[in-house]
Parts: sequence; C-alpha cells; structure tokens
Amino acid sequence: MLIDSGSPGAVGTIGITLTINGERRTLQVAPWTTLLDLLRERLDLTGTKKGCDHGQCGACTVLVNGTRINSCLTLAVMKDGAEITTVEGLAGLAQREGKNSLHPIQEAFVEHDAFQCGYCTPGQLCSSVGLINEGHAKTRDEIREAMSGNICRCGAYTNIVDAIEEVMQQGDAR
Amino acid sequence: MNRFDYVRPSTVAEAVQALGSDPAARFIAGGTNLIDLMKYDVERPGKLIDITRLPLDKIEEREGGLRIGALVTNATLAYDARIRERYPLLADAILAGASAQLRNAASTGGNLLQRTRCYYFYDTATPCNKREPGSGCSAIGGVDRIHAILGTSDKCIATHPSDMCVALAALEAVVQVSGPQGDRSIPFAEFHRLPGDEPSKDTNLAPGEIVLAIDLPAKGFGGTHHTYLKLRDRLSYAFALVSVAAALELDGQTIRTARLALGGVAHKPWRNTDAEALLQGKPATRETFKAAADLILREAKPQATNGFKIELARRAIVRGLEQAAAGTPQSQSDKRIQ
Ligand SMILES: Cc1cc2nc3c(=O)[nH]c(=O)nc-3n(C[C@H](O)[C@H](O)[C@H](O)COP(=O)(O)OP(=O)(O)OC[C@H]3O[C@@H](n4cnc5c(N)ncnc54)[C@H](O)[C@@H]3O)c2cc1C
Ligand code: SF4
Ligand code: FES
Ligand code: FES
Repeated sequence: MLIDSGSPGAVGTIGITLTINGERRTLQVAPWTTLLDLLRERLDLTGTKKGCDHGQCGACTVLVNGTRINSCLTLAVMKDGAEITTVEGLAGLAQREGKNSLHPIQEAFVEHDAFQCGYCTPGQLCSSVGLINEGHAKTRDEIREAMSGNICRCGAYTNIVDAIEEVMQQGDAR
Repeated sequence: MNRFDYVRPSTVAEAVQALGSDPAARFIAGGTNLIDLMKYDVERPGKLIDITRLPLDKIEEREGGLRIGALVTNATLAYDARIRERYPLLADAILAGASAQLRNAASTGGNLLQRTRCYYFYDTATPCNKREPGSGCSAIGGVDRIHAILGTSDKCIATHPSDMCVALAALEAVVQVSGPQGDRSIPFAEFHRLPGDEPSKDTNLAPGEIVLAIDLPAKGFGGTHHTYLKLRDRLSYAFALVSVAAALELDGQTIRTARLALGGVAHKPWRNTDAEALLQGKPATRETFKAAADLILREAKPQATNGFKIELARRAIVRGLEQAAAGTPQSQSDKRIQ
C-alpha cells in the first residue's frame, strides 16, 4: 500500500503534496475533502467557484496536470503529486512564458465582453485553456460542444466562443 | 458526505484484497459518479479504495482487436487514433456523453458501473428498491419521463445511463474482471442485468470483483456505415431519452451484417439479436428499418407518462439505420440530424 488513512500521522488525515499555481504545498487533508473545498475553504483560493457541487455546471473547473476537470467531483487526496492551476494561476502561466500580463484567454474575455455577472468566468477560463491544450476543437460548432460543460446563466456564450476562437487563432494557450 | 477510510493500493492484488468481502468498501476511479452519490448520502462507503494508481491505463493490441484498461479515461479512449479509425461508433458514443471535463476524469470501468439517474434513487427521502431493497418503487406511478420502456419489472423501471456502454454492446465487447476467485471474462450482453426481483444489482459482477479491462473484437465497423444518434432534452451535457448505436456492413444495397443497440430505454443497453437477424440479407430501405423497429418495440411497455419514448425510439431506430446505411454518421458537434 502506498498510503492509508489508518497509518500514523494526524488521526484520519493524509499527507499529500500538491503544486498549486506553481507553488509546492505539503498538506494534511481529511480524505473526504474535495479538491474544490480544499482550494476554497483551506487555501483561500476562492476564484474557483462552487455552483452545483455535482458536476453539472462547470464553475469549479480547474486544470490538473494541464487537463480540465470538475474539482467538485474529485477528492484532494486522489490528486496527491499533481500540478493544479486555478484561475488565480492563469496569469502566472503566461508570465512563465515571459509575458507580464493577464493570460491571453483572460485578455480575450475582457476584449470580447465574454461575461456579465462573472460567476461562471473562472470555470470558463480554465475550461477554455483546457480546450485549447486538448487541440480537438477547431470549428465554432466544435468549440461550443467542447464548452458545453460550462453553464453561463447570463448567456454570454456567443462572446465566450469569440474569445476562444481568437486565442486559438493566435495559437498561444498553455 | 460520510467519513470513511482511504487506501491507495498500487497493485490489482492489493486492491482486491483491500476490498475483500467488505460490503461497505468501494473502489473509486474518476469519482464523477461515486462522489456525486456520496454527497447525496446515496452511497455511504466505510472505505474508499483509490484505484487510480493501478497499472490499468493502457490501450493495447490484442488478437486483432484492442484491450482497453479500466482506468483509460473516456476522453483518452474517444480521441485515441486506433479507436477513431477502427471503432468510430465507440468514439462517437463517448463524445455524446457528459462534458469534456467529466470525460477527462471518468474511467472506462467507472462508466460501466455508473448507477442510474432515476430521481428517486437519488432522493433518500423516497422509497426505492434499488437503493433500499423492499422499500418500493417511487417511479412507478411517479415522475417516469426518463424511465425504461423495455425489460422493466414491477420492482424497478430505471435505465442504465451510459452512452459508451450502448456502443460496447453493439460491438460485442468483453469485460475482463478479477476477484478473490481469480480472473474471468464476461460477454458484454451478460455484464449488465435487468432489474427483475433484485434491482439493487445493476450488473453480474460478483462481490469483490474488479474490472480490469474491456476487450474489443477485431470486427470494429470502421469506415462510415455506423452512427450514434442520441436524443435528449438539450443538445449537449444531458442524458439520453433514447439513443441508438447502429452499424452495418453492406453488399451494395443489401445488408450483410447489422448491429443495433439502444440506450435510455432499459436497465441495460438494449440489444435485440432477432432484429439484427431480421435485417440481415434485406435491402437497406426504410421499410426494412421500420420492420426492425417494430420487432424491437413489440414488447415495449409504457409507464404513466413516458409512452412518448416508444414512438421516439421507433423513429430513432429508423433514422439511425438510415444514417448508417447512407454512411453519414451523426456529428457529435453539429447536432442537426441528417
Ligand atoms: C453532470 C453529469 C452528466 C453526465 N452525463 C453523462 C452522459 O450524458 N452520458 C454518459 O454516459 N455518462 C454521463 N455521465 C456519467 C459519467 O460518464 C460517469 O460518472 C463516469 O463514467 C463514471 O466513471 P468514474 O471513473 O468517474 O467512476 P467512479 O465514480 O469512480 O465509480 C463509479 C462506480 O464504479 C465503480 N468502479 C469504478 N472503477 C471500477 C473498476 N475498475 N472495477 C470495479 N468497480 C469500479 C466504483 O466503485 C463506483 O461504484 C454524467 C455524469 C455527470 C456528473
Ligand atoms: S425505478 Fe428503480 S431506481 Fe427508480 S425508484 Fe424505482 S426502484 Fe428506485
Ligand atoms: S460546482 Fe463543480 S460542476 Fe458545478
Ligand atoms: S457571466 Fe454570469 S453566469 Fe456566466
């Protein structure tokens, strides 16, 4: 066994290491803590939103090792060793590539007015970066379909697709 | 969510041992179904066995077909070049399901073992024979819009919600499992079960068994004579009301081989080999397809309000077979039905 919550250490908790937005953190977590709750409640990274807590809205989307997932439906302990990027870390991703600004997708969202209330936006942004990393969606229809896991109650969908399309054409996501 | 112990084995033997005969222990892979159910207290495992570090994440060549490890994600599988080329029906069915984020997390094994989306199964305040054997079925005479029309019992009318499994049924996949009694193979048609008197059992997986892999046979219906047609309340990110996986081999306009399975209509992916036999040797025309639909739906039984599904299924079967015959598989991004 690699790890066991019954083993010595703080009772019922497990030691894990996560690299969150470029910063390596060693944490003791209770196994029933979702990645979303860890980020928001323990680490004060409240950019990632809790919409439904059941995988039905996409507001909690983060990047785990560059792949977008719903952080509400994964346990923090299961991601031991992973690299997590939240909306707070997107600009940092861009800065690592020598830019001193927002991430291109953030700039494109501002440019295209791709939000109203902004509640879904952190999830939309992380999902967009994930989509571009995946490289499967090419057409507008394909972008729409690949973004269907992010619900926007304000209905900013058209402008969100515009923003993604623009960044895809520039060819710099990451 | 209840409190539980957590273990993370690194070998299959350790995982099987950790599960042992403990009825309160559960494997967890992607977590997209189990964690959801735990948040509703539908599942209250005493122990979670995190199987994500087991070496079951490969897609390998095998006897002219492919072996898909239980931990291969739905996204990896759908976009794998070999799957797209040789088993496009499977790729399409997966892409018709859930969302990109969920497919990135969901595993092949977990997709097979996902539970029903019956509203009452999720609502612990209501009776449900699947969740609590003997308590009754709230869906019968209740809100039954998403429920089954084939193979129901007076104990349960739930459907199996997977899209991927509908394609796997049509493709005659084989499930490889391992357990305290050793390894065995389960043909896909025998993996999921009908509710009968024991709706708490979704599958014929024995207690203590783990899914290791899914084997795809050599015959994959590559090319374009296939379709996965999914009809639902919104065009994406919604479960099927009715779905059809169809694949044909044609000699000119004559059907040499047909495969046909339905989703959203029963407690398991619904494949009717009599209908496939009826199609064989017949001209690929609407009349032939209607005859197959009639045969499949002859035994369909509506609940109080879901009778619309019978007509929906009839039309979906005919349209799906027409798409397969024409070589115009349903696009999973452009939702117009050609
Ligand atoms: C909002 C939403 C929408 C969805 N829409 C669709 C849809 O349209 N179509 C569709 O098909 N699906 C849909 N899904 C379901 C999704 O496909 C499943 O949740 C997913 O496939 C489950 O895989 P997992 O690895 O996350 O399973 P887990 O949640 O990890 O496990 C599910 C079950 O399988 C068991 N298990 C897992 N792996 C194994 C194994 N190797 N051996 C034995 N037991 C195992 C677990 O113990 C558990 O009981 C949706 C889900 C959500 C949340
Ligand atoms: S249909 Fe099945 S799952 Fe739904 S309430 Fe009835 S017994 Fe429970
Ligand atoms: S909060 Fe995770 S999908 Fe809605
Ligand atoms: S901007 Fe308000 S929900 Fe999307």
